[in-house]
Amino acid sequence: MITNLRKVAVVGGNRIPFARSNSAYASASNQDMLTAALDGLVARHGLEGERLGEVVAGAVLKHSRDFNLTRESVMGTRLSADTPAYDVQQACGTGLQAAILVANKIALGQIDAGIAGGVDTTSDAPLAVGDDLRHLLIKLNNARSNTDRLKVLAGVRPGMIVPAIPRNEEPRTGLSMGEHQARTGARWGVTREEQDELTARSHANLAAAYDRGFQDDLVTPYLGLERDQNLRPNSSVEKLAKLKPVFGGPDGTMTAGNSTPLSDGAAAVLLASDEWAQERGLPVLAHLVTGETAAVDYVGGDEGLLMAPAYAVPRMLDRVGLTLQDFDIYEIHEAFASQVLSTLKAWEDAVFCSERLGRSEPLGAIDRSKLNVNGSSLAAGHPFAATGGRIVAAAAKELHERGGGRALISICAAGGQGVVAILEK
Amino acid sequence: MTDTYTKLANSPIGKLITNQVGLPRPTILERWSPGDATIGGRVLLGAAPGGRLAGDVATVIASFGATASTELRDDLRTAAAAAGLDAAVWNAEVPGDARFKALVFDATGITDSTQLRELHAFFHPVVRRTQPCSRVVVLGTAPEDTGSPREATAQRALEGFTRSLGKEIGGGSTVQLVYVAPGAEANLASTLRFLLSARSAYVSGQVVRVGKAAGKVPAVDLHRPLDGKVALVTGASRGIGAAIASVLARDGAHIVGLDIPPLADDLAAVTGALGGSSLTCDITAADAPQTIAAFLKEAHGTVDIVVHNAGITQDRTLARMKPERWDRVLDINLSAEERIDDVLLEEGVLAAGSRIVCVSSIAGIAGNNGQTNYGTSKAGVAGMVQALAPVLAKQRITINAVAPGFIETQMTAAVPIAIREAGRRMNSMSQGGLPVDVAEAIAWLAAPDSGGLNGNVVRVCGQSLLGA
Repeated sequence: MITNLRKVAVVGGNRIPFARSNSAYASASNQDMLTAALDGLVARHGLEGERLGEVVAGAVLKHSRDFNLTRESVMGTRLSADTPAYDVQQACGTGLQAAILVANKIALGQIDAGIAGGVDTTSDAPLAVGDDLRHLLIKLNNARSNTDRLKVLAGVRPGMIVPAIPRNEEPRTGLSMGEHQARTGARWGVTREEQDELTARSHANLAAAYDRGFQDDLVTPYLGLERDQNLRPNSSVEKLAKLKPVFGGPDGTMTAGNSTPLSDGAAAVLLASDEWAQERGLPVLAHLVTGETAAVDYVGGDEGLLMAPAYAVPRMLDRVGLTLQDFDIYEIHEAFASQVLSTLKAWEDAVFCSERLGRSEPLGAIDRSKLNVNGSSLAAGHPFAATGGRIVAAAAKELHERGGGRALISICAAGGQGVVAILEK
Repeated sequence: MTDTYTKLANSPIGKLITNQVGLPRPTILERWSPGDATIGGRVLLGAAPGGRLAGDVATVIASFGATASTELRDDLRTAAAAAGLDAAVWNAEVPGDARFKALVFDATGITDSTQLRELHAFFHPVVRRTQPCSRVVVLGTAPEDTGSPREATAQRALEGFTRSLGKEIGGGSTVQLVYVAPGAEANLASTLRFLLSARSAYVSGQVVRVGKAAGKVPAVDLHRPLDGKVALVTGASRGIGAAIASVLARDGAHIVGLDIPPLADDLAAVTGALGGSSLTCDITAADAPQTIAAFLKEAHGTVDIVVHNAGITQDRTLARMKPERWDRVLDINLSAEERIDDVLLEEGVLAAGSRIVCVSSIAGIAGNNGQTNYGTSKAGVAGMVQALAPVLAKQRITINAVAPGFIETQMTAAVPIAIREAGRRMNSMSQGGLPVDVAEAIAWLAAPDSGGLNGNVVRVCGQSLLGA
C-alpha cells in the first residue's frame, strides 16, 4: 500500500494581522477569522472551487458549538465544499502539529495537497456556567412536569450565576504559564536585560520584514488592520526596561513587554506534493522534512512547563543526523523571551545535556543572528493555534528568498509539550 | 537538663514577648534522624576560579541525591555534568525566590589575598537566602600545603571569614572551613556528609583538616556508615556516653559499652537496648587495659572503633585542691586512655583501618575556673591526639578528638543557674548542645571513609565565645 515517501512542499501561507485582545477583532469569531485566513490563501493560490485532500486546523479557546470549526470554516470559503476537514488541538503547538499531520498524509501519498492552520480569539472567549448551575440546568431540561421544574429551580443559589471564565493556567498546578516560565527562567538565570534585548530585536526584525515587503504575500489585511497590532517598530531595550515585572513577583524579570500579549488572529499554510504544485504553476518555497513532539513532567518532575522543545529538538536532530549548528535560520516561538533564552541556555549547558538529554557533549550555542530573523511572537502577538501557521509560512518563504538552506522550528505548548520541525530548501 | 528559655521563647506568646522586648530567640536546631535526606534542601556550589575541588564536591553531592545549583560558569557546569549532578543554574542577578539549605564554596583557587574578594562575590548575594539551620562549608588548602607565602596567607585568611560568618549568619546555621590536602579529594565524602547534614547541628566555626588516606576510600551505606563495625565506648552508661553508644549503633555498629562496676545496671540497660555487650571495669585499674584487650579479642578478635569518653570532674580552685582530686581526674581523663591504647595497639586489637576518637573539652582549650585538673587532662587529650596521629597513620589508624562545649547533661544541670545560663547563651546558637550532637561528631570521625581525618580536634560548642 505504502509506496516511497514523497517530499512535502510548503507552497505558501496566509494569515490575517494579529490583533491585541479586545480590540480590532473583538467582535470576530474564531470561524470568521479562520475563514478569512483560508479564503486569503485560496485567493493567493487560485484554489477557488478546488477539492483539497483535507484542511486541518484548530483553536485552543473554542466554544462548544464550534465542534466542527474547521469544516464549518471551509464551507464558508471558496474551496470546493467537497473538501474534508477536521479539528486538532495541542495548545500552542496546534498550528505546527496540524502542518505535520497534513504533511504526513502527503508524504504517504494519501493526499496530494492540504491546508494546515489555526485560529484563536481571547476576545470572543467561551464563558461556561459553573458545574453546579450546569448540573441543575441539565436536571431542569430533563424534568417532566412544571412541578418538577419548580423544584429544580428552587435549588438555584446566587453563587451559581458566576460564570466559569477560561483562565491561562495549568490545571494541574494552578500556576499561570507566565509564573511557570518565571520559575524556569530563574532556574536558568535568565536576566531582564537578555529578555528585553531579545524582545527589541523581535520588534525590529518584524518591522523590517514589513518594510521590505516580506509580509506582502503572507498577510492579508482584515477588519482595518494591515500590520500586527502589537508591533512596536520603535521599541528599544531602554523603553522595555521601564516596564514593571508581571510574573515572578516584585523581583521578577518578565514584563508585559518581554511576554506575549493575549491576541486574536488566524493563519493557514498550503502544503502539497511537488508534482501537485508544479501542475498548478505554484512555487515550492521549501520542504517540510520532519517533525517531532515531546512532553515533560512539569508537575511531579523537576522540568519547566515550556522546556519540552529542548528535548524534542535533539531527539529530532539525532533521528535525521544533524547538529544544532546545521541550520541557516532558527524559528523559536517567543511565548516569552525567557522561554527562548532558557531553551538556548539548556542546549549550551553541560549539565542539562548530560543529565537530562544523556549526551556526552552539549548541543552548543547557535548563531544568534540567525534567530527569528523576521521577528516572532513577541512582536507579532500569539493567537495560540495561529502561531504554527505563521512560522511555517514565514520560515519557508525566507528559505525560498535565500535560494536554499535549512530552518529549525520550535514551539512550546501548555501541558509541558513541545512541537518542532525542520524545513529545507 | 531542659532549656526552658528556648522552649518558652519559641512558643506563640514567647515569640511575641521576645520580639517586643528584643530578647534573643534561639532557633530550635534541626537534628538528623534515620530516613532523613543528607541535605534537607537545595545546595549551592560555587568556586573561586582555578579551584581543584568542584568536581569532587559535585560527585559527593550527587551521591547524596541532593537537589543542587551551581554558579553559571563553564568550569562548574562541566564539573557538575561530569559528576552526574543535575544542578540548576544560580545567577545572582536573577535570584528569583531561590533559597538554599547549604552553600559550598571551593576557595582552593584563591592564591593571593586580592582574590579573597571571591568570598564576597559568592556569599554576599546568597547569605540572606539561606534557610534556617543551613550549612555553609568553605573548602581551602591548608597553609602548610600551599606553594607560596601569598597563597598561604590567603588560605589562612579563610579562617577569619568562616568564623565571622558563623557569628552573624544566625538562624541555627553553621559555618565551617575544611582544608583539603592536595591528593585528598577522594577523602572528602564523610566530612561533607557530616558538615552539610543536620548531624552537625551544634558544630560551627570549626576548621577541619582532611588529609590523604592510604588505600582506596571504602564505599559506605549513607544510612548505616558503620555497618558491621565493633565500637568500644567507655563511660557508656549515662549522658554523652549513652548517646554515643546509641548513635554508633544507629549507624550500624555493634556496641561494647564500658563503665565502672557501680553503674553496671545502667550500662546493661543502654547496651541491652542497642543489642550490644557490656564490660564493667575501672579503667584506672592496673589490669584494665589487659582486661579490655582480652574481652575484645575473645568476642570480636579486633575492634574497629574506640571512643574514649569516660571522664570526671572534681572541681576546686587550685589552692584548695587536694592531690587526690588532681590525680584522679588526670588518671581517668588522660593517663588511662594512653595505657589502654598502648595495650590495644600492642596486642593488635586496634588493627589497620581502625579509629580512635577521644573526648576533649572546651575547658581544655579555653580553661575554666576551678578546673585546673580537668583543663589539664582535656588539653592533654588534644595533645595526645595531635602527637599520636602521625605515628598511627603509619598503621592506617586514625585518632581524633571532639571537644564539647556546653552540652545539656546531668553534669551541666548541676551548675548554678547564672553560670549555666551564661554557658548556654554565649555561643552562636544561643543554646546548649545535646549529647547527640557530640555523638554525631564522633560517629563522623569513626566512619570507615573518614581515613583522611587524623589529628583533628573538632569542637562541638555551637561556636562558643570561650576559647575561640
